[in-house]
Amino acid sequence: MILEVREMRMQFGGLLAVDRLNLALKQGELVGLIGPNGAGKTTVFNVITGVYAPTRGTITLEGKDITGMRPDLITRMGIARTFQNIRLFSRMSVIENVLVSLHWRLRSGVFDAILQTRKYRDEEAEMRAKAMDLLARVNLDSVADLPAGSLPYGSQRRLEICRALATEPKVLLLDEPAAGMNPAESIELMKFIQKIRDEFGLTILLIEHQMRVVMGISERIVVLDHGVVIAEGTPREVSRNPRVIEAYLGVEQHA
Amino acid sequence: MQLSRYWKRDIVILLVAAFVVAWANGDLEGLLGIPGWQSYTVRIINMCAINTVLALSLNLVNGFTGQFSLGHAGFMALGAYTTALLTMSAAAKDRVFFMTPLVEPLRKLTLPFLPSLILAGLVAGVFSLVVGVPALRLRGDYLGIATLGFAEIIRLVIQNARSVTNGALGLKGIPPVVNLWWTLGAAVLCYLMLKNLISSSYGRAFKSIRENEIAAQAMGIDLFKHKLLAFFISSFWAGVGGGLLASLLTTIDPVQFKFPLTFQVLLMVVLGGMGSLSGSVISATIVTYLMEFLRVVEETHYLGSITIPGVPGLRMVIFSLTLVLVVVWYPKGLMGDRELSAEGLKQLLARFRKAIRLKGESSS
Amino acid sequence: MQLSMFFQHLANAVSLGSLYALVAIGYTMVYGILRLINFAHGDLLMVAAYIVYYGRGMFHLPWPVSIVLAVALTSGTGIIVERAAYRPLRNSPRTTILISAIGVSFLVENLGLVVFGGRPQSFPLPAMFDSGSAKEIAGVRVENITFVIPAVTLLLLLALLHIVHRTKVGMAMRAVARDFDTAGLMGIDVNRIIAVTFAIGSALAAVGGIMWAMKFPQINPLMGMMPGMKCFIAAVFGGIGNILGAVIGGFLLGVAEIMIVAFLPSISGYRDAFAFVILIGTLLLRPTGLLGEKVAEKV
Repeated sequence: MILEVREMRMQFGGLLAVDRLNLALKQGELVGLIGPNGAGKTTVFNVITGVYAPTRGTITLEGKDITGMRPDLITRMGIARTFQNIRLFSRMSVIENVLVSLHWRLRSGVFDAILQTRKYRDEEAEMRAKAMDLLARVNLDSVADLPAGSLPYGSQRRLEICRALATEPKVLLLDEPAAGMNPAESIELMKFIQKIRDEFGLTILLIEHQMRVVMGISERIVVLDHGVVIAEGTPREVSRNPRVIEAYLGVEQHA
Repeated sequence: MQLSRYWKRDIVILLVAAFVVAWANGDLEGLLGIPGWQSYTVRIINMCAINTVLALSLNLVNGFTGQFSLGHAGFMALGAYTTALLTMSAAAKDRVFFMTPLVEPLRKLTLPFLPSLILAGLVAGVFSLVVGVPALRLRGDYLGIATLGFAEIIRLVIQNARSVTNGALGLKGIPPVVNLWWTLGAAVLCYLMLKNLISSSYGRAFKSIRENEIAAQAMGIDLFKHKLLAFFISSFWAGVGGGLLASLLTTIDPVQFKFPLTFQVLLMVVLGGMGSLSGSVISATIVTYLMEFLRVVEETHYLGSITIPGVPGLRMVIFSLTLVLVVVWYPKGLMGDRELSAEGLKQLLARFRKAIRLKGESSS
Repeated sequence: MQLSMFFQHLANAVSLGSLYALVAIGYTMVYGILRLINFAHGDLLMVAAYIVYYGRGMFHLPWPVSIVLAVALTSGTGIIVERAAYRPLRNSPRTTILISAIGVSFLVENLGLVVFGGRPQSFPLPAMFDSGSAKEIAGVRVENITFVIPAVTLLLLLALLHIVHRTKVGMAMRAVARDFDTAGLMGIDVNRIIAVTFAIGSALAAVGGIMWAMKFPQINPLMGMMPGMKCFIAAVFGGIGNILGAVIGGFLLGVAEIMIVAFLPSISGYRDAFAFVILIGTLLLRPTGLLGEKVAEKV
């Protein structure tokens, strides 16, 4: 198990957002986390990435306890994420967005940077080459110097994923990457996600609101409703589960 | 040796600065035939340079890192008092500290100007860590009011610690060491240092924090460390600026370092553009010139038998009104977060020429 | 310390605390709705004091007329400030509006310097409040104003609570404070409610300013700066956005300031620093203040 969540509970005051959550990801797996709005999916992400410390339970990455660690340290341990509402550094250029993710590996100190020493310049050149390489792999190398905020929506989503990849994660958490996309775009994105999983040897946990989108690519699906897991299994099993149909698909049909 | 792209441009800036110094120190008085013109110009250029240091350093925290600090005056005060106490001779100190004697070993200690100025920056920097460790956990307006509070506390301590600072009486007879070499040298050094910093990976980390803290942290940026780093460097230069100011004015007292001083620097940063170094340089220069130029309206003038009374406060009315209007109508200020560059100027000129040409064609 | 001295300090503390409370209400109301530190709020104290000063001194208006005039004009000033300097920035980053607020504060102060002159003026006192009116109670000399301030504050607080909780406008104010956009969608005229909020807050500041000038009868154009800052701190201490919190915060701050100076005269030079220490302590230990609710940021 590369990532394991055990008996997690997240409580905000009187609101129980997530309860008794158990989740285990195998190396290389692509797991979908689905559920209706307000089911607690994003809260799960926020607890795993350290934005919130869980009220109860533990999270381990490759056997190491990361419960309640600071988000930047968790990222350095190997968990990267994207955000449901895109959070790019919109006034910075596309390549700068990627370079920020490489910053924590920088060996040069601040004085090297100020004095522009050979050591720093070499590292900067190395970082830029790496960032350009990553951008090329997501087809954004041609817009590297444009402000990130000026990109079309779909490219912004891809840049967010690219930026997360630049931290060199073992586990990638994607929060509704297909939000706001039409069906054709969604399918294309899912193919893209499968591709990067294979290329970078990632383990991916994917939040999706629309069930159809994840069906095709997930090996396993976890269904969350009102903060608890109501079903788990292959897409086929889950889609036949009466509780899922009742709690989740029922809502979806009305929506 | 191959010079890096950065340093080439920097050397040009240094040469221009050196030229300005030579020009201002040259025989302009004789050339223009206006008595007193030279010393007046020199004084203004000194102030421009010091204000440039102050605006640049505040911009690092407020503009580039997005942390709204209102504590600049406090760090300037620390720098000013450190410089003053370290450069004054024992005799000068004894003359000033006639109410409460100055504590040893400060009483006898006298250092040359350069180490004093560096120590001024370091004292301000160290205090910025003391302030920053608790305050930088806060965000936005709360950070602003907390840093304002810390600055006021620093000022009140200075006002009350009579055996170190001479309290409300202030310090007089600070050696007037500074000249254009010092002030412009500091301004150029500060500019180059911040420019290199901002364009480096550290600068990108600062800007990412400004753009989106949560995303920056999720990309592995240690928020607290980088905020503190920006705050330290900013306060270091505020301390140096305060030190230069102390030596330029030769007298300092705690009242000078109240909130309006921070306001003046903030004004320059906002007018120039939060997140633009060249904007801060330009704006600090313009505001300083205007402050001097408008001094006339606050002074009483006698034209023979007619007395035109001065109106104190009018300058600040003009400046605060300008600030509000700029924020409401043109919140990006002069430069936004762009920089003045040779290429940018070329493009601007090219566009200008094209416009003229088009106009010429359409009219013919 | 003698018992009589203690009561002397207590009386002072209560009246200073009431003044802080009255002004802190304006800060908390504006912050509750716009999430903005209205830096110019403290300067309204000065505006009101000067209007009364000129109303009495230059135009010889009767006391009630000059007070009503001052409250009305100050209230109008508050509305104008919001309209001109805050409303156009409603959708800007919060620090941009804050910069505008700081600018307005300096503008008002310096306009005061230009119009009223920098020299402190002695504020005229009505006969019932002049120094001869002080009463001796159990060996303690207490001036009439010391009783009036807490009473007026209490009355205004009750009136305000009535408005906020028992009237339609008050309900709209609470709705706007809770959720700006939704309130707008529900058909509430958000701009009008914000204007009303500024009007009420500024009117309270005006009353505070006039009573301040009666208690400390030396007025100058910068007189509102420090009290303004302290009252904002009081509002944060009490729990920003909460009217009762502001009153309690203001009251406690005033009492604490007087008592610390009374019991520890050696640190009286740090009197003005005390508020900032409270501020920093509050923000670090209990950022929601005494009565505030926790609002989680959405990620």
